[in-house]
Amino acid sequence: MTTPATELSEAPPNERLSVRLLPFLDRYGVLLLVFGMAAFSFALEPEVFLTWRNISNIFRQISVNAVLALGEFLVIVTAGIDLSVGSILALSMMSTAILAKAGLPWPLVILVPFMVGGAVGAVNGLGLTWLHLPHPFIMTLGMLNIARGMTNLISNGAAVSGLPDQVSWLGASDISIAGVDIPVSLFAMIGAYGLMSVFLTYTRTGRHIYAIGGNPQAARVSGINVDRTLVLVYTICAMLAGFSGLLLAGRANSGFPSAGIGQELDAISAVIIGGASFFGGRGTVLGVFAGALVIGIMHNILNLRAVSSFWQQVLIGVVIIVVVSMDVLRRKVGSSHR
Amino acid sequence: MTDTTPLIEARGICKYFGAVTALESVSLRLMPGEVLGVVGDNGAGKSTLMKVLSGMHPPSKGELLINGVPVHFRSPRDARVCGIEMVYQDLALAGNMRIDENIFLGREPLRRILGFLPIVDHKASTRQAQQHLDDLKIHVKSVSQRVEELSGGQRQAVAIARATAFNAKVVIMDEPTAALAIKEVRKVLDLIKDLRNHGIGIILISHRMDDIFYVCNRVMALFRGQNFAESALAQTDRNEVIGWIMGNRIRETVPQGMDLN
Repeated sequence: MTTPATELSEAPPNERLSVRLLPFLDRYGVLLLVFGMAAFSFALEPEVFLTWRNISNIFRQISVNAVLALGEFLVIVTAGIDLSVGSILALSMMSTAILAKAGLPWPLVILVPFMVGGAVGAVNGLGLTWLHLPHPFIMTLGMLNIARGMTNLISNGAAVSGLPDQVSWLGASDISIAGVDIPVSLFAMIGAYGLMSVFLTYTRTGRHIYAIGGNPQAARVSGINVDRTLVLVYTICAMLAGFSGLLLAGRANSGFPSAGIGQELDAISAVIIGGASFFGGRGTVLGVFAGALVIGIMHNILNLRAVSSFWQQVLIGVVIIVVVSMDVLRRKVGSSHR
Repeated sequence: MTDTTPLIEARGICKYFGAVTALESVSLRLMPGEVLGVVGDNGAGKSTLMKVLSGMHPPSKGELLINGVPVHFRSPRDARVCGIEMVYQDLALAGNMRIDENIFLGREPLRRILGFLPIVDHKASTRQAQQHLDDLKIHVKSVSQRVEELSGGQRQAVAIARATAFNAKVVIMDEPTAALAIKEVRKVLDLIKDLRNHGIGIILISHRMDDIFYVCNRVMALFRGQNFAESALAQTDRNEVIGWIMGNRIRETVPQGMDLN
């Protein structure tokens, strides 16, 4: 208020530019990262990278993690975490393979991963709300072990291979449109993302999920049934884990009990790279998809360049740290301008 | 119903938490268009009483009447249906969401697509929120701003707008000015006066004598969970009210804001 008028008139344009840029970066920063990586990869491998064969390969490869990450995202929006998704993937996949082998008709087999996943997720949700565990970390860490153990129990630790075509169709087949083979799993993935986006944006429950992540107390006093919503969130997350188990079973044409070990961390990585916050309430479906793409493109180019998978792991770690620290920096700049 | 029927009346409210007595036979009446100040030291039972009035806690004993009719609240939702709204001290807003979404949180306007699928009507939400803020003369850059971008006073205004968005008859406010910059305090208090002029009854909990003496018509003091004193504002003064808060010579804490007199 003691600031001279001249300085006052100078400050706004500067501020306006950065303030205008920030929401843009907020929304599309991770897409820029995707395009940057794609351009970089193209420069390294101009012959191969942009071929449809390679691109469809990327989509095929990311579909499992992208669907898993979508469920994880929902949980992270509520400021929770689900460590059990990798194990749920395996349990759903194994149940599916075993029941398919036992001769269950395929339309029922396809429902199995969703039902198994949903049931385990409901237990997660009920457990963490009823038992008042200090953090979802505890319940889902427990479930990580329980579901993995059950996977090994029902399979005796052995893989089951050979699934009916209809069951593996989602994960393995291509649809030919105008001479271009498009993986069915790409459609499945886009379908799941589209539905989730509509759910989060246009349903009351979807908005309440964001509200719970922003301020659970506010949600509660607004008459939102927070516990019931959380049970639903963990159930949907686990159903998507089951779905990704179905996709992986299709791609591998089998169920194997070691599937998805450590996969929860890849899913979390995609969510975090995609701009969601561990503190909840923040992030978009599109961002998660971009996060999964970033990881997929990175694996792809490193594979094309024949970089060892050990180095790939190191690089993923670096990307997570760099992306999130840039995000923190951006928020700091953002809040100082407000 | 005449003007002599209180909007809300509490008769002989007791509230026990296990062996602890939070409220012992407390009574309260609020008339239409009245601002009732409730004062008391920390632990005097103000917040517990407000939680009983707003349906968060059922009373252990005693009676609640709305417009002279006995009611039993099982949840804040029941109270809200009766037109009783609460503005919480910590504001209870979701910072990550838009202003209009906060105003309608839990009561989002819906529209139907394909004739049956209910979806959130974001356009109606922003439009109605803007209209409501205009009615209350609350100015924000845009109702699509996130609440975390707002100042403390603006947040308080949004919280009050939220409480009054659905025909509230009684608004209970817990320390609405405690976290505000000084220049914002007056705006919020003027907003409270404005609500009063619309015939809404307001219960204002505050430690700040300035607030109490600026907006209230009547002030009541709780002490150790009981009614201690009550007076029309015109018939008392700051020192007397401060004395009530202290009760019988209890002076270990001087509540914030009092030294501003």
